[in-house]
Amino acid sequence: MSTELRPSELVYRGIKGAGIDLVVSVPCVNLQELLCLLSSDPDIIHIPVTREEEGIGVCAGAYMGGRRPAIAMQNSGLGNSINALASLNMLYGIPLLMVISHRGTPGERLVGQIPMGRLTEPLLNAMGIKFFRPRPHEAEEIVKDAWNLAANERRPVAVLLDIQFWEGR
Amino acid sequence: MRRIDAIAIVAEAAERSDALVVCNLGYPSRELFFVRDRPENFYMLGSMGLASSIALGLSLALQDRRVIAIDGDGSVLMNLGTLATIASFASSNYLLVVLDNRVYGSTGCQPTCTSRCTDLAAVARGAGVRDVRVVSDEEALRMSLSGSGVVVVIVEQGNADVPVIPLSPQEILSRFMGRASQRMRRS
Repeated sequence: MSTELRPSELVYRGIKGAGIDLVVSVPCVNLQELLCLLSSDPDIIHIPVTREEEGIGVCAGAYMGGRRPAIAMQNSGLGNSINALASLNMLYGIPLLMVISHRGTPGERLVGQIPMGRLTEPLLNAMGIKFFRPRPHEAEEIVKDAWNLAANERRPVAVLLDIQFWEGR
Repeated sequence: MRRIDAIAIVAEAAERSDALVVCNLGYPSRELFFVRDRPENFYMLGSMGLASSIALGLSLALQDRRVIAIDGDGSVLMNLGTLATIASFASSNYLLVVLDNRVYGSTGCQPTCTSRCTDLAAVARGAGVRDVRVVSDEEALRMSLSGSGVVVVIVEQGNADVPVIPLSPQEILSRFMGRASQRMRRS
């Protein structure tokens, strides 16, 4: 590893550095450490939601109330969120930071993750959602940049964290 | 009770308590705009099912401000998980008003499951919402709007003959956020 901090800690520092103060989440095995960090932070409201689309709504409302929102989810959740991203965030101009565990990438062991793994980038491209794919040592800065881009352009921006990212590569 | 009359009663209560309102898409938003437009109303134009979730996020962000979601039975059925999240995380400043006309009213009155056997108040209670009321007349509705939790309002089918909202999404959002960022105007 190129740094002493673990990948989850670097993502967490990026979220903190961006001033994110409300996070909704649907779990992924790769997000478990990040979700623990978020839950134990008194300055962040962390709401585990039942489905990603629901979380897109909670984040949009939080933004309207003056918060800086983010969603942490698997890429399967992107599929569950597309209409909300389009007809809520993109329609009204509501920013959102999406921290996405990208399953179905090299190293994936579950066959069920492969189709959405392959579809994730094409879906983001089709929606015109900008995304970043940082290495661990870039994650802190890129998460901050992603929020700044989302806020400036008033739209969702994604950070994709593939399986190798969590291995420190 | 007609839905537009129920919406007028909710709008009146919202104005009295300086509440922010998130309204379900389609005819409910058009009816709310028609009976009492306020900058404090957020009119949904898409993302069916998410009125309750948007209002939840808003109420978490603004803990000292009252937030009311006006939703429909079809929309709540589309996002049933929201009732569990509301039960677990909503504060006392959050009220979800479900106008249950037992149909998808904006698309031609196709029946929803509440027309057959689903009891949304029981679902909300089962999800863990402590304060759930069911009302079917105007006086009971007025009495039910001061608290938090979930109010299921039994209303008639049918949409009022009201025009489309003449505001762009950007206008709806910017004036809403302008009011949301102001402190409560309580005397």
